[in-house]
Amino acid sequence: MFGDGPIVKLALAFGALSLVSVGGAPAMMPEIHRLAVVVNGWHTNAEFARDMALAQSAPGPNFMMISLVGWRVAGFPGLLAATLAAIIPSSIIAFIVGRLYTRFSQKDWFNVARSALPPIVLGLIVASGVVTARAAVSGVLGFGIVIMSAAIVALTSRNPLVAIGAGALIGLVAGRLGFL
Amino acid sequence: MDKERDSSKSLDGRPITLGELFLGFAQMGLYGFGGVATIARHIIVEKRRWMSEYEYASVLGMGQILPGGNIINMTIILGDRFQGPLGSIVALSGLMIMPTIILLALTTIYDAFAANPDVRAATVGAGAAAAGLIIGLGLKMGMNLKLRPIHLAFAVATFICMAVLRLPFIGVVLVLTPLCIAATFWSRRNVR
Repeated sequence: MFGDGPIVKLALAFGALSLVSVGGAPAMMPEIHRLAVVVNGWHTNAEFARDMALAQSAPGPNFMMISLVGWRVAGFPGLLAATLAAIIPSSIIAFIVGRLYTRFSQKDWFNVARSALPPIVLGLIVASGVVTARAAVSGVLGFGIVIMSAAIVALTSRNPLVAIGAGALIGLVAGRLGFL
Repeated sequence: MDKERDSSKSLDGRPITLGELFLGFAQMGLYGFGGVATIARHIIVEKRRWMSEYEYASVLGMGQILPGGNIINMTIILGDRFQGPLGSIVALSGLMIMPTIILLALTTIYDAFAANPDVRAATVGAGAAAAGLIIGLGLKMGMNLKLRPIHLAFAVATFICMAVLRLPFIGVVLVLTPLCIAATFWSRRNVR
């Protein structure tokens, strides 16, 4: 069952990614993009953007973009391989560290290390958005939608689905009017 | 804090069964649009009272400091704390199964109409909006964090390495994270 080239590639790529990623799926997006589009050619830029929109439209962890990449590459086995590879190695670490939890959380060094992570994660996430926007978008209209959607999330507490819906609607109207 | 409390039980001392774990995490998965972190806090702390705000913050912090998806890590840790290794598996299944089915259904429906020019145009717009969502998430996080100057510098450096220089993710994380931790230690020592 692991004889298939793409499935092994998926498992190795996402297994390795899960072991070094901080900041969760939003921060991982440029690396997922690099793996899927640049290195392996599983997606075009447009397909990647499309799948990201689909993954963001469904409920659940942002992490599911990885499942969707697996699904696109090799159907259900691909989905399982990508998802499990991205979950299992890091989960084993989490499980072990979780058991040592009380010991860690009272240590000063742990709390200092914890306070040092958010800035890195923040930089990764904003970079993620910019990288994927550059891949997904061309033209003034596209950049307008990116800015609108970023503003909806940053300045309001609306459901992010509102931004996706508005983006889709603007795209639809622009397409009908011949702007796209 | 909470020295006498048995943290493998809920705040009212109730054991958290496998069924409740599954249902609780299934709720988080299903209601979590644009990520699970916000709704997870609401369900775990307020609605089901599995743990206090403080306990939740430290478990989530643990999830963030570890590699991998932070919500996935938190799910594994909580599942184990309440019901052992089986609890971890049950909680994670609860979180992932329904959203995965919904995502695949959505993808299948989308693919059936993908050739339609209206759908194609709408997808371009939705893709741009999805990218914007991530930028917005980062900006919101930045506004809420109120970073100290040294940390702001690291956030900007990370951004430049990734978005401008397009350096490989793994290298950026493995170099900048230890540097940022060291800088945090150093700046704290100088404060004292």
